[in-house]
Amino acid sequence: MALINYSSREINCKIIYYGCGLGGKTTNLLYIHEKIPDNIKGKMVSLATETDRTLFFDFLPLELGSVHGFKTRFHLYTVPGQVHYDASRKLILKGVDGIVFVVDSQRERFDDNIESFENMKINLKKNGYDLKDIPYVIQYNKRDLPNVMSFEELDKAINVDNVPAFESIAIKGVGVFETLKAISKLVIAKLSKK
Amino acid sequence: MVEPNLIMFEDDYTKVNQILTRLLEESSSKFVLLVDRSGQMISIQGETETIDSMAFATLSAGNYAATSELAKIIGEREFSVLFHQGESESIHISIVAKRIILVVVFDNRTTLGLVRLRVKKAIEDLTPVFNSIFEKVAVEEGEEAIDTKFQTSAEEEIDKLFRE
Repeated sequence: MALINYSSREINCKIIYYGCGLGGKTTNLLYIHEKIPDNIKGKMVSLATETDRTLFFDFLPLELGSVHGFKTRFHLYTVPGQVHYDASRKLILKGVDGIVFVVDSQRERFDDNIESFENMKINLKKNGYDLKDIPYVIQYNKRDLPNVMSFEELDKAINVDNVPAFESIAIKGVGVFETLKAISKLVIAKLSKK
Repeated sequence: MVEPNLIMFEDDYTKVNQILTRLLEESSSKFVLLVDRSGQMISIQGETETIDSMAFATLSAGNYAATSELAKIIGEREFSVLFHQGESESIHISIVAKRIILVVVFDNRTTLGLVRLRVKKAIEDLTPVFNSIFEKVAVEEGEEAIDTKFQTSAEEEIDKLFRE
């Protein structure tokens, strides 16, 4: 649910990084925040525990500048991945325009990924949305670790809707901007279709 | 999607800003802002030079969302008003037309009583404006500016800016 203001000439869209705990959602935002020029980004807000686990959400606003006279902004959010923060995850999804589902590629996290994907669908439903109506991409993260499942294996199990999928090493920035570009374009495409 | 995009046109936006400016003046507050429940800032008026308004809007929405869930857990539908009192600065949060959050930040130049009184009047004025905005959105899903040309330009900007 984007906010389009014809008077102040602004378009604001909400993109959410969803996925299981310790999968790399916050790492994606931190990398984007570190690398993107100051004139494009706003202040990053993190509501985290003392051990830097996301408690409520991270927030990073990005601004495209003027596109056909409209200041176009993407507000990036992460949800807390840990299972017991489900109530918070549901709240963050309100008004979502696009989702990046971040997968932890390690074999031992496979069930957690599947559970998180199902949980996302349930929480979308609770907000009155259907995943079918929301642009989303998948990011297979931590590709540098030794015990990862193959891209094909993961994609077959998780990418049921055949959406764009990317391999990443978020901590080193590999695949982070490819993912961001893909979801931003899908969100804009959805807006222009209406 | 169940909830459509929130689209503001010139005349509605002017009306909203007039009401906010009046609230700001009559309540002697520091600044007032309107945020939708998903955290998107609609408008802000007052002394805002030193604050990060985008972060403020997002956190206000998060705060309201969390408190509403607390209300549900104890059997309330929601708390219609939230109030955070500081030593010199305080925050008053209330809901307009079910979807919009009105935040007033004030200091010792005024009183909670006066803020409450003026907020009540502002909500009365804002409610029909937003109800009419929601109705329009449902009918029109405003499409003028966001066409394929816009999409192409936006994609170019994305490629140009979203990189290392």
